[in-house]
Amino acid sequence: MEKFDLQGNPVRALNSALHQEQARMKEFEVSNPGGKHNVACGARYPCSVTIHGHVGYYCAGMNQQADIVIHGNAGPGLAENMMSGSVRVHGNASQYCGATSHGGLLVIQGDAAARCGISMKGSDIVVGGSIGHMSAFMAQSGRLVVCGDTGDSLGDSIYEARMYVRGRVGSLGTDCIEKPMEPEHTEELQALLEKAGMEHRADEFRRYGSARRLYNFEVDNADAY
Amino acid sequence: MLMPTEGEIPAMSKTPDRSWLLESATFSRPVIREIQRAAREGIYDIRGFGAKRAVPTFDDLLFLGASMSRYPLEGYREKCETSVTLGTRFARKPITISTPITIAGMSFGALSAQAKEALGRGASEVGTSTTTGDGGMTAEERGHSTKLVYQYLPSRYGMNPDDLRKADAIEVVVGQGAKPGGGGMLLGQKISDRVAEMRNLPKGIDQRSACRHPDWTGPDDLEIKVQELREITDWQVPIYIKVGATRTFFDVQLAVKAGADVVVVDGMQGGTAATQDVFIEHVGIPTLPATRIAVDALQDMGMHREVQLIVSGGIRSGADVAKALALGADAVSIGTAALIAMGDNSPEHEQGYNALGTSAGYYDDYQDGKDPSGISTQDPELGKRLDPALAGRRVANYLRVLTLETQTLARAAGKTNVRNLEPEDMVALTIEAAAMAKIPLAGTDWIPGSRL
Repeated sequence: MEKFDLQGNPVRALNSALHQEQARMKEFEVSNPGGKHNVACGARYPCSVTIHGHVGYYCAGMNQQADIVIHGNAGPGLAENMMSGSVRVHGNASQYCGATSHGGLLVIQGDAAARCGISMKGSDIVVGGSIGHMSAFMAQSGRLVVCGDTGDSLGDSIYEARMYVRGRVGSLGTDCIEKPMEPEHTEELQALLEKAGMEHRADEFRRYGSARRLYNFEVDNADAY
Repeated sequence: MLMPTEGEIPAMSKTPDRSWLLESATFSRPVIREIQRAAREGIYDIRGFGAKRAVPTFDDLLFLGASMSRYPLEGYREKCETSVTLGTRFARKPITISTPITIAGMSFGALSAQAKEALGRGASEVGTSTTTGDGGMTAEERGHSTKLVYQYLPSRYGMNPDDLRKADAIEVVVGQGAKPGGGGMLLGQKISDRVAEMRNLPKGIDQRSACRHPDWTGPDDLEIKVQELREITDWQVPIYIKVGATRTFFDVQLAVKAGADVVVVDGMQGGTAATQDVFIEHVGIPTLPATRIAVDALQDMGMHREVQLIVSGGIRSGADVAKALALGADAVSIGTAALIAMGDNSPEHEQGYNALGTSAGYYDDYQDGKDPSGISTQDPELGKRLDPALAGRRVANYLRVLTLETQTLARAAGKTNVRNLEPEDMVALTIEAAAMAKIPLAGTDWIPGSRL
């Protein structure tokens, strides 16, 4: 196990270590993050990183293969553009968590703020609590699971991402509609909930996605633009 | 038709006399045509190219060659340095380009694979850089570009850390001159299987890229974002910040504060592959004032030359390059001019242009994907018309001409380095240009707007 105490130290040494081939299959333990930004960014190899405390902006940014666990809260842009691996936050996450993430699994045990999963491109995001407004804006693909409620304008201008919500939806964004839960959806959702460690049943959720009315310009939809 | 017999007057008198017809300056024929098109189609005009309206340009400045009080350099014989190093502020590996002219960001998707390859070949041949665009980095582009700048855009299409680490520099795009405040646009007809896959979207849909970055909202956030990109790339490569020219003084200073190694300012003449005409023609300021304001902003912070400045938007000739440098830029970027060098709008494609209802010199429907030159298309058959080796050679030739012209002007002003050109080497031809460039009107010491 490799230990990094960020008390009074920059994040450079930690991030540099995570970029080395030697990081493969190693365990990293990070203490005293103190809300620092860019903690554990750009990890490239399969390894585990455990962070004890709160982190600032862009923690686990562009993660590849690493499994990162945060015992605390996360600032804006958690796991932005994640490619693979997993990121789990035991507390809450601020704005734009999982923004543009291409792959991997992001689990927020608590709540996530506005723009959760904005422009996501293939990742799985599971939130144990509720999420803020404009979440999954322009979400392209992947799956967003919300065990609590959502804010307003959920899935505005959404493309092909799938959303499952257990609680109340504040309001749906432009071109986002409720869709029927077919057996394939129940099945994939149940598997995702289990993978994320959430003890809910898939049949408690409703599904939302794109009405696909804005995919090509039509003058009759001009009000939506 | 019968030919007129000898002594007969040709039938001129049968042509009605229309010399008295008066066209409205307000409702000209193009305006009438656009109103009626809008009424028919119900959607704004989307097109490519850049602003077509006349604005004050570098043409409105002139160089004062050396004579009694200045000492010119001998053309061809005396050294006039052109290389520039970009990214000296923070990057461990700054980029040195051998000519102060780079190729601006243009996407695979907007351009064919052949066109992207040609730009890489041409730029590499003369030792300068080329730039990706909205849609990610292709293996061909990386392979053919010895120096490649990877754009970091709001859409983040194709963005991934592996490509980020392959880049020689990263350009965070906040805006572009053709549409400051607007996002990208790639219409369904250009979304081929490969483009759709790279962007993770269904084939054939209109792609309207976001106009704002998804995970930062202001200069303070951007500072942290820039640090994140540096952390991911281990502080190796320069980070540029590109803005469309609008509130240029503040934008440049905020970009420096956010930690940019290089600031790129794109004037309103800058091109685009697809945007609303109303955006192209009515938003942003011309490259001429933007260049001066950007330099003032850097000098005000004491960061001129420490943070390098690249300007773009309507650069066509070595004269444009030399004047931009004389105002204080470190390098320029070309986009539209590079496409033209490859054959865009060339009379050799006249038949093709005619079939699309246009003509060489007027073609601006880059959004349509039917480009007869094979440049702004994803149609494999049209793409084949562009030979990447030949087009690359033309880009290299053109870049060489721009460089030689720039040197010619610099030598005439007695400079051993093109970046030694200075505002004092120039005068303005018009009051507008004098005011915008803060260069005295020729024959006077008058700079309109300056304190007396």
